Amino acid sequence: MSKNMSVAVYPGCSLNGSSREYMESLRAVLNALEIPVNEVDDWNCCGASAAHNIDQDMAVALPSRILAQTAKDGYSNLLVPCAACYNRLKHVQQEIKTSPEIRQKASVLLNQEINTPDTIVNILEYLQSTVMPRLEGKTLKPVSKKVACYYGCLLVRPKGISDEKQIEDPQGMDQIMASLGAEPVSWAFKTECCGAGFSVSNTTTVARLSSEILIDAADRGAEAIIVACPMCHSNLDMRRREIEKYSGRKFDIPVLYITQAIGLALGIPAKKLGLQRHFVPVKI
Amino acid sequence: MARIGVFICHCGENIGGTVDCNKVAKSAESFDGVVFSTDYKYMCSDPGQTLIKQAIAEHKLTGVVVGACSPRMHEPTFRKTCSEAGVNGYMCEMANLREHCSWVHEKGEATTNKATDLVRMLVGKVKNNKPLSPIKVPVSKTALVIGGGIAGIQTSLDIANAGHKVVLIEKQPSIGGHMSQLSETFPTLDCSQCILTPRMVEVAQHPNIELITYAELESLDGFIGNFKARIRKKAKSIDEKLCTGCGMCTTKCPTKKIPGEFNEKLGNRTAIYVPFPQAVPNKPVIDKNNCTYYQKGKCRICEKFCPTQAIRFDQPDEIVERSIGAVVVATGFEVKGTDFFPEYGYGKYADVITGLQFERLASASGPTLGEIRRPSDGKIPEKIVFLACAGSRDPAKGIKYCSKICCMYTAKHAMLYKHKVHHGDAYVFYMDIRAAGKMYDEFTRRAIEEDEVKYIRGRVSRIYEKNGKLIVKGADTLLGAMPVEVEADMVVLATASVAHNDAADLAQKLHVSYDENNFFVEAHPKLKPVETNTAGIFLAGACQSPRDIPETVAMASGAASKILGLFSQNELTREPVVAVVNRAAPPLFSTCAGCFMCQSVCPYQAIEKEEIKNRAGETIKTVAKVNPGLCQGCGTCVAFCRSKSIDIQGFSNEQMVEEVFALLNND
Repeated sequence: MSKNMSVAVYPGCSLNGSSREYMESLRAVLNALEIPVNEVDDWNCCGASAAHNIDQDMAVALPSRILAQTAKDGYSNLLVPCAACYNRLKHVQQEIKTSPEIRQKASVLLNQEINTPDTIVNILEYLQSTVMPRLEGKTLKPVSKKVACYYGCLLVRPKGISDEKQIEDPQGMDQIMASLGAEPVSWAFKTECCGAGFSVSNTTTVARLSSEILIDAADRGAEAIIVACPMCHSNLDMRRREIEKYSGRKFDIPVLYITQAIGLALGIPAKKLGLQRHFVPVKI
Repeated sequence: MARIGVFICHCGENIGGTVDCNKVAKSAESFDGVVFSTDYKYMCSDPGQTLIKQAIAEHKLTGVVVGACSPRMHEPTFRKTCSEAGVNGYMCEMANLREHCSWVHEKGEATTNKATDLVRMLVGKVKNNKPLSPIKVPVSKTALVIGGGIAGIQTSLDIANAGHKVVLIEKQPSIGGHMSQLSETFPTLDCSQCILTPRMVEVAQHPNIELITYAELESLDGFIGNFKARIRKKAKSIDEKLCTGCGMCTTKCPTKKIPGEFNEKLGNRTAIYVPFPQAVPNKPVIDKNNCTYYQKGKCRICEKFCPTQAIRFDQPDEIVERSIGAVVVATGFEVKGTDFFPEYGYGKYADVITGLQFERLASASGPTLGEIRRPSDGKIPEKIVFLACAGSRDPAKGIKYCSKICCMYTAKHAMLYKHKVHHGDAYVFYMDIRAAGKMYDEFTRRAIEEDEVKYIRGRVSRIYEKNGKLIVKGADTLLGAMPVEVEADMVVLATASVAHNDAADLAQKLHVSYDENNFFVEAHPKLKPVETNTAGIFLAGACQSPRDIPETVAMASGAASKILGLFSQNELTREPVVAVVNRAAPPLFSTCAGCFMCQSVCPYQAIEKEEIKNRAGETIKTVAKVNPGLCQGCGTCVAFCRSKSIDIQGFSNEQMVEEVFALLNND
């Protein structure tokens, strides 16, 4: 496969740290399907939620460098598994594509020419276009559970940046889980906010918002919550004790990355998928 | 020898602010043939027109060029001025210095030079103008009204009562439109059917109205005063003359579970059906898509039971033609379905309904006979939430405009609910309360103050179902965007009013303009609200923009009065800008070779064959001839004529070439 046909992966900081099991499971799944994983060379932080709140130049420059690094190596597609990174990169890609001034500014700040890969895909788009077709004909171990697919706020928004057509009621993850043999529940908190970066600075808000999500998922009989965002995962998983304290209810619903769910269906050992790293135990 | 006068208008600041009008007038003095040139602040004003008239008399002008606004605006004005001063109106031309120059360019020398060039071109043209006379055409004094809602009904009755014929066509099996579906009407709460049905009957019985239901316009050809309308009468599968409307067939029809359109799918109908008991005409049609016989080839039960043998399964669609003088488009609107809003969960939740569905629930003739019962289980809802803006004023996800009627009908709905379920709770989420109209604000205040409807200013972000309740999550923006959650039994969305999905097709058939939202466009937003840019075609009601019943009726009567004005004349005058095939002295008779390529390309069927005969009556030559009554002056035939035998009067090849030469010869 030539480079410009294949996809580059931008892991971002989370996938190297607090949510390394997301990257581990993605690698495990892609390896099992013999899809090469090409990490973007010498990548940097996308700026996350901090940069664009503090410094607009920084907010453009950081993602611009990632895009330029990707384009430099001849990749026309970039996979960004982290929902927040995806949102920032997609935003900046649009800005430098539509505004010559912003492109020029980034170019001056970074002292290099700014090019961008043609397409930036999030994990759901990538799974649907590349991974799911390769599962056809494979013997899968069905995930026979009721699952609540939780998209969070960044994956499919905002309109105009995201390619998602039904931003209020996305279906991609539900379709993937259904094809793995799971039963996606119809629930109300698919795209509600979990509290995101307030995890550290305002834990009570996270406990409140995340408990609403967990309560609805539990009440509708979900046996697992499936996510595609490091922030969503850490709030629903790591902050479980605070959530339970706030809501006065006990929940034993595990939170899995979509890649972990696919890995399980492919029969990949739990350890390779990083399931042991979760705070809420995943009982298979 | 041509003696041309040039008159440059400043149009206040419109032209004068950008173009040096005085300089343009000065430059024009040197153009070949120009004997007088001047500028003035407002040429269209009375002193401006007097100035032109005086110059014509004083300088014995034979032609006039006015450099001012678009000819669409004031060409008739200045032509009239000239003819009053004794110069044929068609010897007057306008150079468009406003739309084509001052409005689109910066102030500067180049702009002034362009204005000078525009005048130069028209001076070149006008020297080759010939005096023309308007064409007189007879008027067919029959109006075609498309759409049988309240707009079509009102306009038909007004025209028919004044003594003229009307052909009223309606797509549905019955006239009545949306108004017949409504429960009660704001701000008086009088029953919609009680005020509408007598008018429907009047339409059906009026000797001047030909009512054709279950019919659509196939095509419209011709022009003001002389349209030809081809109307498709869709097969009703019954012989209307034999049918007595006894209702036996609808009682016996075994296919009974078709969601009925009249009840907005909250009730069922049969395959052979009358939309509602008060329908006009009160005779059934067979819905072929749902009829067992048409779909599977077996059944014919209605035929067996019909006491007058009126069922006609093999009836074809019929095309009828009518000569029409003027058209009123009154096709109305539709409302967006609740499935447009994923965040409000339609499809999943039977108890999230549209305002129009609520009308059926509140209507005495509705599926619940006027009791407010929710669709899912028939329970009387204890708590209803109304969303006064669902899709309107939402450029991101819905439509940009305000649907206008929702604030009022939502207040009415909440009121009707409170009047029927005294202990119930009614909430209204709103953006603004737009209640401009006579007694309108008083009405919404009454809902809030007397009927204790709880108004919350804010939008709803999500509706979801939990434990048999609909959880409505929104914000109260008057309390600092405080989150609000209401556990409701039913939710009514005032969904956006939109144009029919086939409105653009109809507009193209009629050659009228439509806007980005597929609403038909009036000729002028203030001064010509019921006219379109196509002469002889008028608008009434919500097909032009969302509007309520009083406005619709006013507009319908307005359109009727325009048509009555038109029908008060026996002849219409038309612009003589039509194609003419040249004629010459014998033995040539015309340079036309008789190939009739022009005939095959003419979109208006305006070209005829003329046989030139000698004294013995033998045909010597067959040449083309343009019927000036049909010709629209599009010029297609001119472009196609291989021997250059056709010209458009007022825009001849010679005139066009002179315009170009004037520009090229500019030193």
